[in-house]
Amino acid sequence: MDVIINGERRDMAPHTTVADVVRSLTEENSGIAVAVNDEVVPKAAWAGTTVTENDRVDVLTAVQGG
Amino acid sequence: MTTQISVPAAVDTRDPLVIADREFGSRLIMGTGGAPSLHILEEALLASGTEMTTVAMRRVAPSTQGSVWDVLRRNGIQPLPNTAGCFTTTDALRTARMAREALETNWVKLEVVADERTLLPDPVELLDAAERLVDDGFIVLPYTNDDPILARRLEQLGCAAVMPLGSPIGSGLGIRNPHNIELIVEQAGVPVILDAGIGTASEAALAMELGCDAVLLASAVTRAQEPMLMASAMRDAVTAGRRARLAGRIPVRRYAEASSPTPD
Repeated sequence: MDVIINGERRDMAPHTTVADVVRSLTEENSGIAVAVNDEVVPKAAWAGTTVTENDRVDVLTAVQGG
Repeated sequence: MTTQISVPAAVDTRDPLVIADREFGSRLIMGTGGAPSLHILEEALLASGTEMTTVAMRRVAPSTQGSVWDVLRRNGIQPLPNTAGCFTTTDALRTARMAREALETNWVKLEVVADERTLLPDPVELLDAAERLVDDGFIVLPYTNDDPILARRLEQLGCAAVMPLGSPIGSGLGIRNPHNIELIVEQAGVPVILDAGIGTASEAALAMELGCDAVLLASAVTRAQEPMLMASAMRDAVTAGRRARLAGRIPVRRYAEASSPTPD
């Protein structure tokens, strides 16, 4: 199953959750926000939200800037 | 013999900056862009005495070491997420909502710029984004042009402060139109924060002397040869400018006015 994670197409196992996607990118879980197809997924819903084929998942954090 | 100089208590201890009912002891808001390392940034933030600091939101990169969010948290500095890099209302709304979720704050420094070369605010997109964010419950601090009418419109929309630029971001050109900044200050019912363009301490002091309630700067400190030293200079400059504003400067005269009594 192809999912677009932070702009890169990746092959993910079926039933992958948003929490799995975050863990694949970073060990942090505070200071992070996730959107699936531009809709913010609240942290409390990460473990219960599965991603599907061709979803666009963006995982953002605070960085130096501005 | 030393003389004790007493600074009025009202100036020193009870002159908080108040934005949206929140009080800040420091009138210097810091940015984080341009620092050579997180360690140097942290030293500079502490030397500046800032109580609120703006950060950008970007995609998580696995290579990122350390986190600016951790720096702010362990030093008790309020994060002010910004929408730097956004060119449209849609971009800005998306970034602000992600920041609210990530940093657990509904405060946002709203930046909607027109192009990469000038990084000047796009007033049409800015007004639209500000209105939508206010409606969505955000405390909106918009980075705006030094245009008194635009500042007024932003305040009318419900922004918690207005943040006119002194000159383009990172330019160090100082305050190019002090007259417009004074016009914005005169009419504003919300705090006015001079944001962008400050290059050195005298310009931060000038912003405060013109009547701004606070100064927001990043590059002047983070790109200085000695960031920590410049941060402490900015801290002093903002305090000095504020005191001078409250003290009331003498009128400018064309000719001399003797300061000693006339000889007998």
